[in-house]
Amino acid sequence: MSQALLPRVLASAAVAIATLHGGAAAADTLVVYSARNEQLIKPVFDAYTRETGVEIKFTTGDAAVLIERLAAEGRNSPADLLMTVDAGELWNAAQRDLLQPAKSKVLERNIPAHLRDPQHRWFGLSQRARTIVYSPARVDAARLSTYDALADAQWKKRLCLRTSKKVYNQSLVAMMIAAQGERRTEQAVRGWVANLATEVFANDTQLLEAIAAGQCDVGIVNTYYFGRIVKERPDFPVRIFWADQGKGGTHVNVSGAGVTRHSRNPAAATRFLEWLSAGKAQQHFAAVNLEYPANPAVPIDPLVASWGKFEASPVNVAEAGRLQPAAVRLMDRAGYR
Amino acid sequence: MPLLPSRPAAVLTVAALAVPALLPILSAAAAWAVPAGDVWQHQLQHVLPRVAGNTLLLLALVALTTALLGTALAWLVAAHEFPGRRFFAWALLLPLAVPGYVLAVVFAGALDFAGPLQSWLRAAVSPAVQLPPVRSLGGAAIVLSLCLYPYVYLLARVAFETAGARTLEAAQTLGLDRGAAFRRALLPLARPAVAAGVGLVCMETLSDFGVVAALNVDTFTTAIYRAWYGMFSLSAALQMAGVLALFALAAAWIERRFRGARGFAGARPSTELPRQRLTGFGGLAASAAAGAVLAVAFVLPMAQLLAWSVEHAATDLDARYWAFAGRSVALAASGALVIVVAALALGYALRLEHRRWLRALGRFATVGYAIPGTVLAVGLFVPVAALGGWLQERFDAALGAAAPQVFLQGTLLTMFVAYLARFLAVGSGAVESGLERIHRNLDEAAALLGARGMARLRRLHLPLLRGSLLAAAVLAFVDLMKELPITLMTRPFGFETLAVRVFEMAAEGEWERAALPSVLIVAAGILPVVLLARRVTHVA
Repeated sequence: MSQALLPRVLASAAVAIATLHGGAAAADTLVVYSARNEQLIKPVFDAYTRETGVEIKFTTGDAAVLIERLAAEGRNSPADLLMTVDAGELWNAAQRDLLQPAKSKVLERNIPAHLRDPQHRWFGLSQRARTIVYSPARVDAARLSTYDALADAQWKKRLCLRTSKKVYNQSLVAMMIAAQGERRTEQAVRGWVANLATEVFANDTQLLEAIAAGQCDVGIVNTYYFGRIVKERPDFPVRIFWADQGKGGTHVNVSGAGVTRHSRNPAAATRFLEWLSAGKAQQHFAAVNLEYPANPAVPIDPLVASWGKFEASPVNVAEAGRLQPAAVRLMDRAGYR
Repeated sequence: MPLLPSRPAAVLTVAALAVPALLPILSAAAAWAVPAGDVWQHQLQHVLPRVAGNTLLLLALVALTTALLGTALAWLVAAHEFPGRRFFAWALLLPLAVPGYVLAVVFAGALDFAGPLQSWLRAAVSPAVQLPPVRSLGGAAIVLSLCLYPYVYLLARVAFETAGARTLEAAQTLGLDRGAAFRRALLPLARPAVAAGVGLVCMETLSDFGVVAALNVDTFTTAIYRAWYGMFSLSAALQMAGVLALFALAAAWIERRFRGARGFAGARPSTELPRQRLTGFGGLAASAAAGAVLAVAFVLPMAQLLAWSVEHAATDLDARYWAFAGRSVALAASGALVIVVAALALGYALRLEHRRWLRALGRFATVGYAIPGTVLAVGLFVPVAALGGWLQERFDAALGAAAPQVFLQGTLLTMFVAYLARFLAVGSGAVESGLERIHRNLDEAAALLGARGMARLRRLHLPLLRGSLLAAAVLAFVDLMKELPITLMTRPFGFETLAVRVFEMAAEGEWERAALPSVLIVAAGILPVVLLARRVTHVA
């Protein structure tokens, strides 16, 4: 066995050495570091290549890891764009000076101001709404109102939450801090913890299934997880309730991207962002994961549209990043695991 | 004692092998120079007491369960004859091929409140029926034990089978019955192997993130990720990882003490261990026990994965999967070869030159196994990228515009160095316990007969070590098949493996679509596991 493997190792070493020379980005190639998964971005990248001839090389991974990678590579980084599924991560990358401003009238026109960096270093490309879900059999929707109100005693042993380790909850709490300050937010989070029907869940899908099975009656999820289930099971016994309507609006986060500080081709990278921000590309980028387009002029996927219109929080999503460390500490203090 | 050793080659070997693991540790040490602000104060007040308690409890439960389960199954299979024994001998290794995070997700899906079992119980028995929660520390301990016990089982079985017969014979001539002979003679003989197995289990438990995250247990590892991902403090995360590495070194030291100083020398592979025939109820009970472990740890979870895979195979299974699988197997096979050669070099160097400080350095070489993969990957990546940047500057200065672009970090070379840092422990655990069973008298005898250096290694040790080397190779292979964080971070562009595929699907919660690549990871791991089981038996 071992003799047969030796050539492979040598071949690997040869590949490694060959790659030493292969990193240079040609003019018609863009390199993307993406925390958005392969199956959600590759179709869009392929469409861009077909339309423009620009080849897109990419690697995927956790945003925190990709950001460290950008930082470690510094000037030598091959990356032109960083793409994440959370505004907090983009904020963090911008904060560490890993992104550069992209001055573009097109982007400014297509992406609403609260879904992009005020300093133009990153732009939201799709919106992810995180809102309340409930069992219509056991909950009268009239009793639901805000995220805060889930701390009421009426939800004792009826609330399900996902783990606070997930960035989506960290962003939600950060945005609550932005809207109403730490003290009130901590009260609300403590109330949530007191109302939990069971240990927190590892993901939104488990949480939705728990509501359907009767383990709890209300919860908070990203709507596309709900969408994935109802797409296959239209009679799934859980409904969406738009939180905080008339009281600041439902929390939205973005999946977005920015041009890296040391991109060798920032103009081409910006053109790609512009292309993503409009038309079919923008529509597809959101619809492939049942999210909401960032560009308000672009039509919403019919299934997603069927959940009704809602008022979204107008607070700039950058706040989710700025206040994320504070949110994590708050949740630790409140015992939200 | 002179600082310059008599056998520089041995010292150089150990030093070189310690470098990959030392790099991330140095990154962690450097992180201590950058104050992480009041993150630590917050962690000490609100996080660490709880996670430290959880981590120690989980470690104790998993170590105890795997030690008992692994040794008992090894003894059952090695020393008894019962229906299905030949099958169980290799099949009990199969859980090794299942990634822990996959097993955890299957368990959570099947056994949670909303899962099929509890739903059925509520419908068929009473709406009030509730099982103990699977998303808990107990659940995590069970899942980790089920996927890690084969380490102990494998190494203990090799020990029983290679040296058990003579010892048993000797003990029985001294008037001990079989049970007493097992307790008083064979168990101590197998102790280094059991300890090595449990040592691997402990390190893997310390570094585990997938299982505890899926089952919602907050441990040291999850706290590391929370500081990094949640509070944007990589330095706090690296600092905590450094503490974790200290834990691992302490554990390794304890393991050494536990192995004891006795010479565990089974003179040479002897006759086959005589097996006691279990008939009637005893035989059935033995089959049932082995079957139950196999069913819970492997057969039922695989059935669930297969069911999920079939649902999505029509849309997901395409020609690219051949490439994913091919890359996974090629990476794991060549990585395993690198690890086994390195483990042999390390074990042999330490055998030739057993100074305390060298031995300590040798321990450092294997500590990477206890560091969470992502942290290790970053800790290694940062210095490698820095080296790349330095080289680039030199090239640019010397060659100007003609300078080639240096891109060390996204290459297979970096990947293999990181694999070595992480998995050398897997190889060296098996190799060292094998070497320890070869009595030093044999080395001296071989030297007197003129076989020194490489000749002695080739003609004496390698034949005696074949079982251990094969065990090391297969353990490393299946671990590499499952490995994710290092591959994810250091792979070249567009380089996808099965484990990367699992990540892509699982990261957004599409667990049922992650089943297909998971099944293929397991399938690719089965063949070498079977091969190992057959060879180990034949060598013995």
